[in-house]
Amino acid sequence: MTDLVTLTIDGIELTVPKGTYVVDAAKRVNIDIPVFCHHPKMEPVGMCRMCLVEIGTPVRDRSTGEVVLNEEGAPQINFGKGLQTGCTVPVSEGMVVRTNTDVVTDARDDILEFLLTSHPLDCPICDKGGECPLQNLTMRHGPGASRMDFTNKAQLAKHYPLGQLIVLDRERCIQCARCIRFQDEIVDDPVLAFHNRGRYLQIVTNSEPGFDSIFSGNTTDICPVGALTTTDFRFAARPWEMTPVASICTHCPVGCNTTLSTRPEAAAGGRTVIKRVMPRQNEMVNEIWMCDKGRFVHHYADAPDRLTQPLVRKNGELVESSWDEALELVARRLQEHKDSVAGLSGDRLSNEDMFLFQRLFREGLDSPNIDQAQARLGGGDVVAQVGLSHGSNLAGLGKGDAILVVASDMHQEAPVWWLRVKQAIDRGAQLVLLNARPTRLDKFATHILPYAPGGAVEQTHRLLNAARVALDGEEADPLQAASVTLVQARHLVAFYGGEGLTLDQTEALARVLANLLLLKNDEGVNHAGRANNGLVAIWPHNNTQGAWDMGIRPDAGPGYQPLDEPGMDAAQIYDAVSSGNLRALYVMGADPIGDELMADRGQLDFLVVQELFLTATAREADVVLPARSWAEREGTFTTGERRVQRFYPAIPVVGESLSDWQILARLGEQLGLGKPPYAAGLVFRDIAQAVPQYEGMSFRELARVEEQWPRVGDDDLYYGGTSYDNKSGIGLQWPSAADNTDASVEMYELTPPAGAPAAGTPEPPGESLMAIPITVLYRSGTLIDHSKVLSTRIIPPSLLLHPADAARYDVQHGDMVTVEVAGRSVRLAAYLDADNGVRELALLRGALLPPGVAIAPLQIVDVEKQAAPVEVQTVPG
Amino acid sequence: MAHILLRHREIDELHKLDVYTDHGGYEGLKICLQNHTPEAVIELVKTANIRGRGGAGFPAGIKWSFIPKDAEQTYVVINADESETGTFKDRELLEGNPHQVIEGALIAAYAVRAQLIYCYFRGEFMDSAYNFEQALKDAYANNLVGENILGSDFTCHFYSSYGAGAYICGEETALLASLAGDIGQPWSKPPFPAQAGLYGKPTVVNNVETLANVPPVIVNGAEWYLEIGTGDSPGPKIVCLSGHVKRPGNYEVPMGITYRELIFGEEYGGGILGDKGFKALLPSGGSGPVVTENALDAPLTFDGLKPFDSLMGSASCIVMDEDTDMVWATLKMIKFFEHESCGKCTPCREGTFWLERVLEDVYRGRGTQKDIALLENVAKNMQGRCLCALGEFATSPILSTLIHFLDEYKAKVTVAPSTNGADGSTRQREAAPVA
Ligand SMILES: Cc1cc2nc3c(=O)[nH]c(=O)nc-3n(C[C@H](O)[C@H](O)[C@H](O)COP(=O)(O)O)c2cc1C
Ligand code: SF4
Ligand code: SF4
Ligand code: SF4
Ligand code: FES
Repeated sequence: MTDLVTLTIDGIELTVPKGTYVVDAAKRVNIDIPVFCHHPKMEPVGMCRMCLVEIGTPVRDRSTGEVVLNEEGAPQINFGKGLQTGCTVPVSEGMVVRTNTDVVTDARDDILEFLLTSHPLDCPICDKGGECPLQNLTMRHGPGASRMDFTNKAQLAKHYPLGQLIVLDRERCIQCARCIRFQDEIVDDPVLAFHNRGRYLQIVTNSEPGFDSIFSGNTTDICPVGALTTTDFRFAARPWEMTPVASICTHCPVGCNTTLSTRPEAAAGGRTVIKRVMPRQNEMVNEIWMCDKGRFVHHYADAPDRLTQPLVRKNGELVESSWDEALELVARRLQEHKDSVAGLSGDRLSNEDMFLFQRLFREGLDSPNIDQAQARLGGGDVVAQVGLSHGSNLAGLGKGDAILVVASDMHQEAPVWWLRVKQAIDRGAQLVLLNARPTRLDKFATHILPYAPGGAVEQTHRLLNAARVALDGEEADPLQAASVTLVQARHLVAFYGGEGLTLDQTEALARVLANLLLLKNDEGVNHAGRANNGLVAIWPHNNTQGAWDMGIRPDAGPGYQPLDEPGMDAAQIYDAVSSGNLRALYVMGADPIGDELMADRGQLDFLVVQELFLTATAREADVVLPARSWAEREGTFTTGERRVQRFYPAIPVVGESLSDWQILARLGEQLGLGKPPYAAGLVFRDIAQAVPQYEGMSFRELARVEEQWPRVGDDDLYYGGTSYDNKSGIGLQWPSAADNTDASVEMYELTPPAGAPAAGTPEPPGESLMAIPITVLYRSGTLIDHSKVLSTRIIPPSLLLHPADAARYDVQHGDMVTVEVAGRSVRLAAYLDADNGVRELALLRGALLPPGVAIAPLQIVDVEKQAAPVEVQTVPG
Repeated sequence: MAHILLRHREIDELHKLDVYTDHGGYEGLKICLQNHTPEAVIELVKTANIRGRGGAGFPAGIKWSFIPKDAEQTYVVINADESETGTFKDRELLEGNPHQVIEGALIAAYAVRAQLIYCYFRGEFMDSAYNFEQALKDAYANNLVGENILGSDFTCHFYSSYGAGAYICGEETALLASLAGDIGQPWSKPPFPAQAGLYGKPTVVNNVETLANVPPVIVNGAEWYLEIGTGDSPGPKIVCLSGHVKRPGNYEVPMGITYRELIFGEEYGGGILGDKGFKALLPSGGSGPVVTENALDAPLTFDGLKPFDSLMGSASCIVMDEDTDMVWATLKMIKFFEHESCGKCTPCREGTFWLERVLEDVYRGRGTQKDIALLENVAKNMQGRCLCALGEFATSPILSTLIHFLDEYKAKVTVAPSTNGADGSTRQREAAPVA
């Protein structure tokens, strides 16, 4: 029991792990020691002095080391000379802490008075007012009147933009350094710092552009005052006017739990709108953090150009119609084309939507032709076998564990996973990294095994082979060394993405990784099937996992049940559209024309599009059905860690729009599938029956919560920050096959790696450069373009080059270059970076290659010199 | 009296290596390398009870013994930030007798198995640092510093670093933070530098003068050293005497002489300038409580002023004559602390600012009786709550002058609160600059 320590706080005896700080220990037994600078997720600094308490330790006899007893036979406690900061003192055996004595109360009162001397006390117009730790603690400890002469107060800048997203009020800042430390310790963007000293100690940013971090919004949650505000929310509403509604972020596979704060808005004609998005605690998913995209992208929900009514093409024009008319038309036309119909679904929609989508096609129309509109990453079947095991939590990884990341820029593709992987490495986990280029994970990696563009599968296969032969022992060969790390790791989590890979290659990659997870170590145990082990696909969207689970694919139904006669896949569907081999197409939540997957509606007789906006595809449709955004409806999404999570309706319905599943259910009724389900929860009940992996799940189960640490929200604002505590559900992670069946998950058949690159990899560059499209968080798109705040951060389509290559082609930073790649001509802004660039590799940011092409030779055909270089964001990528 | 530390006052050009070696220089280092284990050196320094000259008086040998023997990397840091009000002793040593400091640091490094010594100079010490580095060059050239010193296994290098004019960077943890390239702010101890100092490694931080005491102790032995000074304050101490005395300057004294001797003795201060009456003494620059006439017969030792609620500190003695306006003098000191507070912790950042504002009001005749009580209360509220000692220091000029010179405060304030000061000025004042 050396790892536990027993102490007494205000007469309450408690036992906590060694290393716990006094304030955190007190919190465990509901004793509040007020703090400002301390934050349970960061190292203590002891700056604000708010947490001063009396701390005593047992007196020990110098010669014997025995605890000295007093007359009553109790240990004699030495309380030292003065008060100590409870946030910096770790607990020790027999320690006695007093937090409710007069000296302690006096100290708190005095520190609060000090904090308030130069504070502007502009609570009535402060965004934090109502949820402000300083305000709350002033109510408890503050003086009734100020003894500081008003004219003597320090007067500082009230509106100091740290960057395009965050504004600092220097008078409100209480110099707790939480923001600096968050940026440095938690997200490794040390772009904030203190400048000057004494009363003039101030927060500054040292990046260009200012406060350059994709996690900046989190500092506004943990800032204990209203010093940091977002340009999105500042002066927009008071906390108590807003209704918090639990939601899930829909912008990457992490699935951060969020809270939408809503309020009726005069400017919106009295309509209730989303005022802000904040993290909601889920220690298994996003802890208390989220990225700036998820926080600021929400404006599309309230956008004026949302579709409000069904549209039907009459005399060549799309005109408004009633639901009855539109649905009747759609049902009739689909029925007519029963033999030549296909459905494409986006992978952002909810499980309920996708479940009913495939049912509409498979049961209503007897058509097997359904797929994801833009499948970019394969391996869903493999994930179902050896995916991250039930009960896993990235926070559980640390010393002795290993993380493998292949073919992904996780920082941009799944920001909060990146953050959590980084924390795991800080706790001692080892990182093995396989990429064609450097990313923001390189500096944390124990082993980097780079490969030439196109060589991901081969390199990973070599790693697997190395692991097969060298199950132990140190090896000089980097592959061997890395493989030893992986195989011997207590826990192993393997993430894979699809950067520079074709769909087939990603599938192959998943198989290789599965074999690695199934490899037995010296003790005859493998990684798959045990908690904190397994495979994670870094899916392109928030519910790609759900799309696999619901059977949005031509070859398997819900729950991965293979079909005897597979239908057309997306590529075949797009071909058929242009060749005239398909009569009718139903597109739900996707824009294949806008995404250049499909040139136009081709030879289609009938095209129906279910959407939020009049996208390029919708503009060519015969019928456009207006759908509700995630904020106006309920449902479930499944994260990349296979956690099924619920989201809730937050704002009123826009126009006559319906939830996607409702539209599909009403169509299903017309196609003989019976009465539409009454609520999303009932659709989910059908899912739980049809999808074995979801067995036992229900909306009620998904809404279950449990006590989480650290405490946030409400009375604990001053402690954990304003992230919302979770009252609406932490979700359920479905078990992979390996979890349930110990040995039955077999090794996958693999073709041995050949010396030559895999088929499909283009010839080496020679005179040209090799181009790979890369994912950037802030890529222009229908949704993000509606956010004014984020518009300043959007990365224009650009070409990231190594300076040496750029020099060869006489390209300078900021030039506009026209390139020919994969048969297309594209105009891009040149971006030169020695750190992120690799020789002879051209990275396409915000520009995709045609479907099926993941990497291609690129020719620079024209360079336009820019007098003034275009503003290209420096988001590292 | 022959000097032990300020030997350059007798020996011309002692800053030159050959002169220094001609006068027994680097003998201490040689003795250590040839005859002593690191542990033996620490024992010797412990026995001699060389107490820290940087202000706190912590025994150097004990500090060195805290460094774990098996540490992979350790450092010795010379604290040459000398920024306490009225101190100028380290500077004279660096300029006049640099080799004795280098030798002392090398012995410390040998004792704690450090291979790197950093010297952190006060930013303004350009000349002194230049001088010190010249000496260092000569020492390198003669294998007194560098690889395998004097043919032994002991390798040790020196690096210099400069502050940028912050008093707080003399505080050891702030110094280490600054040295590592971070903002110059102290950290909350523990961890002490000996546990986790520079770059998180065990580190010894010693004052320039402390280190200059080491070579003579090695050469002459602990018994010799203990004969100088008093029982708990052995050895010589350089006193920086300034203010209203006839002969200000550095004086190396055996600890234990009285303050009266120091101020009035012909050997030392020679009395008050213009033969005026004595009013007050700041025995430890701005950082220690002010004492008056009745304390002058106390011995100049680490604890000699304890009965008078004050301390010797770094022995920067600032003398004030009978005509000194003590409110003005206190304001000067408060302004210093307000300017030098690093701002890291609440009570010091806000307290020094507040004190300065109120005291300025009082001094300008814009204050009231209530403001005097406020000054006392604010200062007391800072006590025991600050992160480092600077915040504590800042309260002592106020609290001690309020005890000894309350009348002077009272004479400056109006009885009834008013918006207009006695000098006709309004209470309105320039706002603090907007950054
Ligand atoms: C505000 C403050 C300023 C200090 N300034 C100095 C200084 O300028 N020089 C110095 O040697 N010690 C200074 N100290 C003391 C150091 O923290 C440390 O105790 C000393 O360098 C240890 O060396 P010593 O044991 O040899 O005295 C200062 C301490 C405080 C709190
Ligand atoms: S801006 Fe907020 S978080 Fe940052 S130091 Fe100031 S009060 Fe603390
Ligand atoms: S990390 Fe992903 S899920 Fe989380 S807020 Fe960002 S985009 Fe949304
Ligand atoms: S007491 Fe003053 S100098 Fe020391 S840490 Fe606090 S603010 Fe900085
Ligand atoms: S000093 Fe402990 S919370 Fe700030």
